[in-house]
Amino acid sequence: MATPRTPATGSLKRKPRLTELVIQSLLFLCGLLSIFVTAGIIYELGKESLLFFGRTQWQLTNKPIAAAISPADTAIEVGAVGTPAQPGDLLRINGEIVRLVTIENGAYVVERGVNDTLPAAHAAGVVLEKGIDPSLAEFFTGTTWAPHAGLFGVLPLLNATLMVSGIAILVALPLGLATAIYLSEYASPKARNTLKPVLEVLAGVPTVVYGYFALTFMTPLLRTIFGQDVVQIYNTASAGIVIGILILPLVSTISEDALTAVPRSLREAAYGLGATRLETAVRIVLPAAFSGIAAAVIIAISRAIGETMVVALAAGAGPAFTFNPFQAAETMTGHIVRISGGDLSYDSLDYNSIFAIGLMLFLMTLVLNIFSQYIVRRFREVYE
Amino acid sequence: MSDTAQATASLNGAAILSKDLSIYYGDFQAVRDVNLDIQTNRITAIIGPSGCGKSTVLRAFNRMNELIPSVNTKGEVLFRGENIYAPDVDPVEVRRRIGMVFQKPNPFPKSVYENVAWGARINGHKGNLDELVHSSLKAAALWDEVKDKLDQSGLSLSGGQQQRLCIARTIAVRPDIILMDEPCSALDPIATLRIEELMRDLAKEFTIIIVTHNMQQAARVSDRTAFFSLSEDGKRAGMLMEYGDTKTMFTRPEKKITEDYITGRFG
Amino acid sequence: MSTNNLHSSNLPGRHRLGRVWLVVFQVALVVGVVALCALLFNILNGSFGYVAVQDKVNPATLAVDGVPLEELDKDTLIQVLQANISAGLMARYEFDKPFAERDAGEVYDLILERVVAPEFVAQWSLYESLTNAGEVRATAAQEYPEARLEFRSWLNWHFLRAPQSSYPEIAGVRTAVLGSLWTISIAVLFAFPVGVAAAVYLQEYAPDNLINRIIQTNITNLAGVPSIIYGILGLAIFVRALGAFTSGIAFGVTDPATANGRTILSAGLTLGMLVLPLIIINAQEAIKAVPSSLRQASYGLGATRWETVWHHVLPNAMAGIMTGTILAISRAIGETAPLIVIGASTFIQVDPEGPFSKFTTLPIQIYQWTARPQSVFRNLAGGASLVLLGLLLTMNATAIILRNRYRRSQ
Repeated sequence: MATPRTPATGSLKRKPRLTELVIQSLLFLCGLLSIFVTAGIIYELGKESLLFFGRTQWQLTNKPIAAAISPADTAIEVGAVGTPAQPGDLLRINGEIVRLVTIENGAYVVERGVNDTLPAAHAAGVVLEKGIDPSLAEFFTGTTWAPHAGLFGVLPLLNATLMVSGIAILVALPLGLATAIYLSEYASPKARNTLKPVLEVLAGVPTVVYGYFALTFMTPLLRTIFGQDVVQIYNTASAGIVIGILILPLVSTISEDALTAVPRSLREAAYGLGATRLETAVRIVLPAAFSGIAAAVIIAISRAIGETMVVALAAGAGPAFTFNPFQAAETMTGHIVRISGGDLSYDSLDYNSIFAIGLMLFLMTLVLNIFSQYIVRRFREVYE
Repeated sequence: MSDTAQATASLNGAAILSKDLSIYYGDFQAVRDVNLDIQTNRITAIIGPSGCGKSTVLRAFNRMNELIPSVNTKGEVLFRGENIYAPDVDPVEVRRRIGMVFQKPNPFPKSVYENVAWGARINGHKGNLDELVHSSLKAAALWDEVKDKLDQSGLSLSGGQQQRLCIARTIAVRPDIILMDEPCSALDPIATLRIEELMRDLAKEFTIIIVTHNMQQAARVSDRTAFFSLSEDGKRAGMLMEYGDTKTMFTRPEKKITEDYITGRFG
Repeated sequence: MSTNNLHSSNLPGRHRLGRVWLVVFQVALVVGVVALCALLFNILNGSFGYVAVQDKVNPATLAVDGVPLEELDKDTLIQVLQANISAGLMARYEFDKPFAERDAGEVYDLILERVVAPEFVAQWSLYESLTNAGEVRATAAQEYPEARLEFRSWLNWHFLRAPQSSYPEIAGVRTAVLGSLWTISIAVLFAFPVGVAAAVYLQEYAPDNLINRIIQTNITNLAGVPSIIYGILGLAIFVRALGAFTSGIAFGVTDPATANGRTILSAGLTLGMLVLPLIIINAQEAIKAVPSSLRQASYGLGATRWETVWHHVLPNAMAGIMTGTILAISRAIGETAPLIVIGASTFIQVDPEGPFSKFTTLPIQIYQWTARPQSVFRNLAGGASLVLLGLLLTMNATAIILRNRYRRSQ
């Protein structure tokens, strides 16, 4: 024989295989990279959000100093006009920061030169600025988002996001579910094989094209139907409907998969009892596929919340606290895009604010995604 | 015995009757020219080697084959003298009167109670549902085992219990005929025995047709037996070879092929 | 015989209900398909149609010695340009790119842009142009008597070839398309090897322990993170923290315009991060589909794990991995929001030269044109959308062809 046999003296003992070890480690690192991405997201969003909440904003009080003061003075005579300050407030006078201790006979008694500033002389007529720290409570309850003016309520952005997502799911859920039922329970295999790719084309169109569609087609359509005076050029209804169309394939394909996965024996059992096709589809197959459909809907909501380009183009550029779907209102994602589209300098209030909003967006979608996975695991019926 | 003579002769006692029933999967003829009259309140067993179209024939009796798009049925199936394949017949109505129990237990992912009540409810049951569930479960010899867990999922029962639940569910709709497609093939011997006993009880009230691959089972439970086999012309179509009283069939079969099958020489 | 007295004959009603709902289901499906048609129609509607064009200077008057403008040589063209625009502007063009380096075509384009300066004074949608051409002509003749009416395809050769411009008449998508191709290439170069390696690890190596389960769950969740979050992360990491590398300063690149790190490299890596989970999940599916008998055969011959993966598993899974990757890339190519967040340039006229150039991409171009208040830019956005959809179609077709070729070669 030409090929010599392995020497019989060779041992079967384990020998270190260096290349194998190196390759395995490299592969493991690649797997681990995804953890770093998540860690990066949480770390960066968290860090910058903390900076956002730790950042003092200065709001004009319109209250002027009545008389000039020297660096040594601790009592400041103030004018009658403008918003009064409370003891404990931080005040800024021309770059010097003071803390208000108490008010005596209308004069502010202050501690001078706090927060690493130095006491200086100030002329009469200088207007006081009041320091405001964004608080979590105000963040979640305030109804105006104007960080530069010291108003940190995220509700207008959140409200717009929820409205757009709500409208989207109102469009996508009935249409998507009905489509899924039709495709899985009624359509012939041939019709199914033609129609499914059509819906998948819908899913493959870039979202910016949907934005273009919303602004140039849906908005004019809504304005024609409901009147130019009722529907503003930018409005949440148009964005919501178009996002609904955008997530429609998501709802219908995942739901259809869930419906098709229901074993045929269940359908036969229902037919065997004298059920009609509708009764079988809606009362046996649909409940049996509940977990998959619920997961599809939750994923679709999460997708709608995170959707950006449609709202950036069609929903409006400016936070507004309104429940009218025909009015302009900026969503969380729309706000992030608009703010970062300009010249954004690091460590500015705007820079930090997009991280705070981003963190909230991340947590919302994460909770929804985890919830959908939980539903799938918890409610999945186990067939043999 | 000529086919027509047989058909006319037994029309009185026939629960269901097939005339020249042929079934095709696409171009393939799976079952050829079956003429079979099933007698009322009797248990009829359909036996034969695998792939001879036993289940296909059974499913033709309540138009279950229609759920598979490629299946095509020719010939007639008369139920109370009416052809269930006539164009104006509603398959839903057919299936309500001719119920079915399947090879694998397939309870709905609903509670035990709902499993039994559902079929009756969609069919417009007007009486007391609790009573119906009770009587159906009792008739299926399941009541004592599940009376405390009516709210639990039907899927939580054991395999044998699930199959009896499926039988209870079928009884609750009050069909005239119950088709059973190898109902014990997925069960252990003890569960099988229970179902066989149950079938004897049910036969007092219902006509039962059972497909089985187990000849002992056919011999034990059935009154009449139909033996199917593949045609010998090489086209592999299922045909009715012999049909008669179970006792006669298992002791003095008319045909050689039946005897070969029963004595285990092939199959 | 059992009685049926307990049952009412409710079948006709039940069937009627069934028919009603069948119609409802069908209508839902039709609505979905109609939405798709409306989407496509809307793009076509903006991409074609009549325009009224008005020249500032009639090109015929620019002829030199009876030779029409388009046939003049480069030097004469430069003279024509010099005679008609200010010296300051001339100097700026010289600064941007010396005239000695420009060819005749480029100078001709400059004359068209600056001297002839055709202006679109009005434009009509495809629908109006087709159904109501008579009225369009009448309106144009009445309101813009100086202008000529042309049927224009906004998607044309010039549009594909020309760089961005603030004049809709000469604007094109060249810089944007090149930007898209650059960013996508970088995204793939980063995400493909890493993604496939991660998938191989998870499918072929990872024991079922806590850390691997965490990795798997984490990947699933990452796939559901909104893309704009990746933009924020890219901004914090690639643009800011790693700015020295992404701007190229660490490699000796000194361009003040990109010193902020808002470069093609940052954009590509951000998109790479975005598609990574998709590539991993798709590759895992493809690897899972390789029959285990193949692995056993390989192990049976004394192959190591890596030899089995490299010689048997990967080649067999490659078709699926490729298809999945291309699908992931088609997602990336349409992404807009993360690139805006990391700072795409709003206006670039020069082609990107490398990973350290400023960038814009096709979707960003569409976004900016759509967001403009002047309706003429919507037509450009429509044309650009067609280009983007064409690009996606090409990629998906490539995916299918690749898959089929792989299948055949096996």
